[in-house]
Amino acid sequence: MSNAVTSKKKGGFLAGTANYLDERVGIAGIVKEFGRKIFPDHWSFMLGEVALYSFLVLLLSGTFLTFFFNPTMAETTYDGVFGPLKGAHMSSAYASTLDISFEVRGGLLMRQVHHWSALLFVAAAGLHMLRVFFTGAFRKPREINWVVGFMLFVLGMAGGFTGYSLPDDLLSGNGLRIIDGMLKGLPWIGSYTSSLLFGGEFPGNQIVPRLYSLHIMIVPALILVFLVVHLFMVVIHKHTHYSGPGKKDTNVVGYPLMPVYVAKAGGFFFIVFGVIMLTAAFVTINPVWNYGSYDPSPVSAGTQPDWYIGFLDGALRLAPTGIETVVNGATVSWNILLPMIVGVGLLGVVAVYPFIEGWITGDKREHHVLDRPRNAPTRTAIGAAGVTFYAVLWAGAGTDLIATNFKMSLNQVLTTMQILLFVAPVAAYFVTKRLCLSLQRKDREIVLHGHESGRIVRLPHGEYVEVHEQADVYQIWKLTDFKEYAPTLARPNANGVITIRARIRSALSKMFFEDRVSPVSKTELEAAKHHAELH
Amino acid sequence: MAIRTKKFSRRSPLAAVIVVLAGLLVSGGSYVAATAAVTSSAKAEVDQATIDTGKKLFLANCASCHGKNAEGTANAPSLIGVGAASVDFQVGTGRMPGQASGPQLQVKPVQFKQEDIDALAAYVASLAPGPEVPTEAYLAQTGNASHGGELFRINCAMCHNAVGAGGALTQGKYAPSLRNTSAKHIYEAMVTGPQNMPVFSNSNLSPADKTDIITYLQYVQENPSVGGDELGNLGPVAEGLIAWLAMLGGIVVITIWLGAKSN
Repeated sequence: MSNAVTSKKKGGFLAGTANYLDERVGIAGIVKEFGRKIFPDHWSFMLGEVALYSFLVLLLSGTFLTFFFNPTMAETTYDGVFGPLKGAHMSSAYASTLDISFEVRGGLLMRQVHHWSALLFVAAAGLHMLRVFFTGAFRKPREINWVVGFMLFVLGMAGGFTGYSLPDDLLSGNGLRIIDGMLKGLPWIGSYTSSLLFGGEFPGNQIVPRLYSLHIMIVPALILVFLVVHLFMVVIHKHTHYSGPGKKDTNVVGYPLMPVYVAKAGGFFFIVFGVIMLTAAFVTINPVWNYGSYDPSPVSAGTQPDWYIGFLDGALRLAPTGIETVVNGATVSWNILLPMIVGVGLLGVVAVYPFIEGWITGDKREHHVLDRPRNAPTRTAIGAAGVTFYAVLWAGAGTDLIATNFKMSLNQVLTTMQILLFVAPVAAYFVTKRLCLSLQRKDREIVLHGHESGRIVRLPHGEYVEVHEQADVYQIWKLTDFKEYAPTLARPNANGVITIRARIRSALSKMFFEDRVSPVSKTELEAAKHHAELH
Repeated sequence: MAIRTKKFSRRSPLAAVIVVLAGLLVSGGSYVAATAAVTSSAKAEVDQATIDTGKKLFLANCASCHGKNAEGTANAPSLIGVGAASVDFQVGTGRMPGQASGPQLQVKPVQFKQEDIDALAAYVASLAPGPEVPTEAYLAQTGNASHGGELFRINCAMCHNAVGAGGALTQGKYAPSLRNTSAKHIYEAMVTGPQNMPVFSNSNLSPADKTDIITYLQYVQENPSVGGDELGNLGPVAEGLIAWLAMLGGIVVITIWLGAKSN
C-alpha cells in the first residue's frame, strides 16, 4: 500500500500517512495552529509545566494503586507480613494499603511516587501562581485564566486531602476528625452537615468509599477539565514574555512548539519524573504501618496534615480559644469559625485579585510583556504581605515541632505566631514596597549614569573622576520598559456626585501609585548621554 | 466484627451464679497474681554494705538538693517511697544529678557506674517500699507487638508520637523520643512516671501489657522504615519540607539551567 502512495505522492510513507490524516481530520491545520505556537524561553515559565507533569505522574501511579486498593470500611483481621499489626482488627481499606506497601510488587514505591508527586503538584502550582502574580501575568486578557488556575490549585488541595484520608490509618482518621469538628462547628447546620458527609455519626462506615469516588473520579475529572481550559487559554492568549529589545505587547518572541519545545518539554517531563522517582525510592512518605488502624480515641503527637492543608490547620491552632456566643440556643464557636473565615477569605482574595487591581488601576489595555516585580511596587508589596500571612499560618501548623526541635516553649511559639500573624504582613508590605522603589531608583541610576567601572581618571585640570560605563542597549531596554501609573482622582458621576465607590477607588489608587519612580524617558536618556560625552 | 445473633436458650438458674463466681475468682485471682508478681519480682537480696555505699554516694551527690535523709527540700522532692526503679531511671539515663534548672531535666551522659546506681537505688529503696527495678523477665521481647502497638497508640502516642519520636508539651516541656531508650528504662518510666509522665500502674497496664509495649517499641527501634529515610518519623511537616526544598528546589535549579542554556 505504501508503494502505491509513494508512486503517487513521491513523499514516502510519512507523507502518505500525513496526507491520509489531513484528508480525514484536517491535521495540517492543527499542526499549523499548535505546532507553530511560540513559547519564550525563561526558567520561570516552566513551573506550571512541573505541576502538569506531576499530575501526569499522579494519574499513572494512582491508576496502579486503584488495582489493589480496597475502598471499604468493612472490618477485617490483618494477616499480612507486617509483624506489629498481625491479628489487629482494621478496615479493609487499611489492610489493602498495608498489602500494597508490603506485598504488592512495586506497591510501596508506587504509593510513595503517588504521594510525593501530590505534594509536588500543589507546590509547583503554588509557585507558578506566585510567578504569575509577581510578574503581573494575570492582567488583561488573562484574568479568567488566573481564576481557572486558582481552581486547579484548590482542586489540587481537594484531591490531596481526599487521598490523605483514604488509607484509614490513625493519621488520616485524625485529619477527618478535624474536618468533622470544623463541620460541626458551623452554627445551626453543623451536626446535620457532618451526618450528611459521614453518613451518620463520625466516623461511621461510609466515608472511605465516598472519599474514594471523589478522589479517583470527580476531583481528577474536574482537574482535567480545568487543565484543558487552562492550556487552551494559554494558546488563545499566547504566552507572555519578559521585556527586552523587540519584545512588545503585540508579539511573542521565542521558539516554536514544534520541534523545539516538544523536545524540550518531553525531556523536562522525564527530569520531573526522575526527581519524583528518586525521592520516592529513597525517602519514606506517610508510613501508614506506623500509625495503626484508625480508632477515634488516640491522637498521635505530631499529627499534621500534608503541607497544602497546613495553613488551615495553623489557622485553627492560632485561633484564640474559648470565645463563643450563644444565638437562639445555638453555640457559635468562633475558635472554629474564625480560622475557617480566615482560610476561605484568604483564598477568596487570591481568586479575585486580578479584578480588584484592574478596578483600581482602571487599566483596560492588553498586557503581554511581564512586569518586573520592582516596577509594580504596591502589587509586589501586597504579594509579599500575602505570602507572609500564609507563611505564618503555615508555620502555625508546625508549632509543636518548632518547639521541640528548637528547644522552645510551645506556648511562647504559639503566642509569637499569633502576634506575627498581624505584624509580619504589615512589616513585609512596607519593607517590600520601599525595597522595590529603591531598586527602581538604582535602575534609573544605571540607565542615566551607567555602571561604576572602578577606573579613576585624572583630568587635565587635576580633578579625579571615576569613569562610568554606559549600560548596553539590552539592559537599558530592560530597565526602562515599563509604564508609569499615576493616582486617579475621584471624579463626579453623571449626576455630579462623587460616590463613596469613587472615593474608595481613588484612595486605593493613591495607595498604589502615589509613591513611584518614573522610568527614564528618551529625553532624559539623551541628555545623560550628551552629558557623559562631555566628560 | 460481624454481629452474630445469639440464640437464647433456657439454662439452669444456677448458671448465672456459677458464671459470676467464676468471673470473680478469675479477676480477683489474676489481680493478686499480678500484684504479687511485682512486689516479689525485685525482692533482691540487698546487703547492708550496698545500702551503706549508696548512702555515702547519696550524701555526696544528692543530699544538697534532696536532703540528708532524702526527705526533700524546697529545691527537690522527697525520695522516700519513690523506689529503686525511679533512681535507676533518673540516674541511669543521666537526668540526675540535675545539671540546670529548666522546664524539664535533660538527658546527658550518665554520671555513675551501674554498680553505683544500683547502690544508690538500694539505699533509696531501703527508706520505704516503692517500685523495684524490673527483672529480665519483664524486659524480654516476647510480648505481643501488635497488642503493644495498640496500647502504645492509646496510652502513649499523644505525647510520644505513634512511633515514639517524641512530641511537645506545654511551657517548654516535652515528651522525649524513645528511639534509643532501653527496655529497662521504658519499663521504669511507666511504673514511676518521671517528670511530666503519668504513672501507668499495674492495674492500669499489667506487667504483660508493659512487656507488649516494650516489644513493640523494640521492634520499631530495630526495624528501620522499609520505604527509605524516615525523616525522623516527624510526619507531614518533614515531608512538606522535602517536597518544597529538595524536590521543587531541585527542579527550579534544573529549570534555571535549562533556561540559561539558550541565552
